[in-house]
Amino acid sequence: MLHMTDMTEARPAPQTASGPSAEPTLRVRGLTTVFRIGRREMPAIENVDLEIAPGETLALVGESGSGKSITSLSVLRLLPGAISRIGGGEVSFRDREGRVRDLVSAGGEEMRRLRGNHIGTVFQEPMSCLNPVHRIGDQIAEPLILHLGLSRRAAFERVVELLAAMGIPDPARRARQYPHELSGGMSQRATIAMALACDPVLLIADEPTTALDVTTQAQILRLLQDLQKTHGMAMLFVTHNFGVVAEIAHRVAVMYAGHVVEQGRVADVFRHPRHPYTRGLMTCVPQPGDALALRRAGQALPTIQGSVPSITDRPPGCPFAPRCALAVDACRAAVPAMEDTGDGHLSRCIRWSEM
Amino acid sequence: MNQHSPLSDARPLLDVQGLSKHFPVPGGTPVRALDDISFSIGRGEVLGLVGESGSGKTTIGRSILRLIEPTAGRITFDGTDLMTLKGRAMRQERRRLQYIFQNPFSSLSPRMTVGQILTEGLDLQKIGTRAERLERARTALSQVELSPDTIDRYAHEFSGGQRQRIGIARALTMAPEFLVADEPVSALDVSVQAQIINLLRDLQLRLGLTMLFITHDLGVVEYICDRVIVLYLGRVMEIADSADLYAAPRHPYTRALLDSIPSADPGADRKRITLSGEIPSPMNPPSGCVFRTRCPHAEARCAQAAPPLEEVAPGHLRACWRPDVAGQPL
Repeated sequence: MLHMTDMTEARPAPQTASGPSAEPTLRVRGLTTVFRIGRREMPAIENVDLEIAPGETLALVGESGSGKSITSLSVLRLLPGAISRIGGGEVSFRDREGRVRDLVSAGGEEMRRLRGNHIGTVFQEPMSCLNPVHRIGDQIAEPLILHLGLSRRAAFERVVELLAAMGIPDPARRARQYPHELSGGMSQRATIAMALACDPVLLIADEPTTALDVTTQAQILRLLQDLQKTHGMAMLFVTHNFGVVAEIAHRVAVMYAGHVVEQGRVADVFRHPRHPYTRGLMTCVPQPGDALALRRAGQALPTIQGSVPSITDRPPGCPFAPRCALAVDACRAAVPAMEDTGDGHLSRCIRWSEM
Repeated sequence: MNQHSPLSDARPLLDVQGLSKHFPVPGGTPVRALDDISFSIGRGEVLGLVGESGSGKTTIGRSILRLIEPTAGRITFDGTDLMTLKGRAMRQERRRLQYIFQNPFSSLSPRMTVGQILTEGLDLQKIGTRAERLERARTALSQVELSPDTIDRYAHEFSGGQRQRIGIARALTMAPEFLVADEPVSALDVSVQAQIINLLRDLQLRLGLTMLFITHDLGVVEYICDRVIVLYLGRVMEIADSADLYAAPRHPYTRALLDSIPSADPGADRKRITLSGEIPSPMNPPSGCVFRTRCPHAEARCAQAAPPLEEVAPGHLRACWRPDVAGQPL
């Protein structure tokens, strides 16, 4: 009944930049997305650079309002055009056939052919992603029929295989059920089956375990890791939970108020955070044992003062400066440039070397 | 070191015996959301209620204030049987017990000023003059570290963390002795959660409050709770001092719950254990021990009868038939 995973074996390094297929699946350069609020245009995300290799998981971590979901929705081109537009930058996606496509200039029809086919998506609320009036199996079969041209019969067989691969017991019966007949964990497994139906090369998972209980979250994280190992897809994993990042990702990009403020390999960022925001977030989440020691010593939990600025209220310069204990005048003058602190570990802090 | 409240051996402030809540289902068997729950809280103690969705945490919290009516059980607060109180007498008693809600966005009326929100309870209870009520509201605002001019503004003008402070201030205006804090930080950003936890801990110590702290997040429990009750499907699995619960859990479910917390240490070289299966439907719970369908140690007798809650170490209780699995990792 138990699954045991040795964490050191569970996450083999993905193909590195020096390997033969060094071409990243997704490359985002200088991506800026602006929102129209009243009569003004405000950048929701600014100058975002990301890269994900085949078989690699990049976690995009941040609090609400950091722009992590805006980034993933911009890549997917799913933001409403009436209130937002991509203000600059490039999004290059290498599809299943190895062709590099520019997603910023791609038309609606091209994006529809990519999404659900070359790019799979999983979102936070499985119940709102599933149509309540259609059977689970029919919904998972839809991309198979639409994108891959399978017959209904062949598609249904594939659906049952997929549900079984998601660890759903009695998959043929489940395929004939409606979403309300499934628990939260089961329906998230069904949406993952749908995302993977066409064997995508990129999976974008936006807070896929946030709505689930911890024991179910552990199951879904394990499932995603196993699936990535067998499918070798690149994964963009959006979350607010640092623990989840440590479990699932190879690399992490920390977002704050629309900017990527730190980026690097998970082990490097967690052991030696090079941005005060990252360091602050890590210390204000009590780890078992630490919290007890603080309590016994009569000490308060470490906190970050203030709160995340809203999109209409972002300060000039470094967006974290008003909450930062290390801030100096230069921080408030201009947004710091991204600096390489060594070995591809990037920080958008002018005082990173003092940390 | 014993983390028991200093007065836990004296008469408890709150005593709950045999609490059950069954929700009727039209044309079906009732949902047994709570089944025979017993515990007590000493004056000045913080008791944690931990469990996943459907475990009955909120049902317990709401039953104590009779925001929902329990099906059976006795709830005694400072010697008064709350279950038999009616109308005015219950309203009077309820001043002493207040509730902090999970969602600071939906639990504060958008049409009332902060002042109106804070004085509403005092108005309804006809406590003091208008000036005195406003004074109590201002005092409560300073207790939660908000400026006095907050009083004329509306809740939507504030961030999530500030709104939760308003929710806490609303509870404090009644000068309560007992607080039910129902997932008070779950809806907040990570960087704000620690601020609110520190505030609650500070208020609890300063005002000598007794607290029932409901959460699904085991990370915060250790910091704020003296003792913890672990619930599963409306039944108590384990009760222990919070330090003991982390160091030496005695119930397989507690162990699994602790193991499920993703560790923010990427180098943690540990065997990760995931429970298989799902929480059963409370309409059709398993016979015997409700956890047995997901328990790696389950055997035949676990299906026959529910294990009693027994003391396995001083102050440490658990409900499990297998003496041989106590205190060891799964």
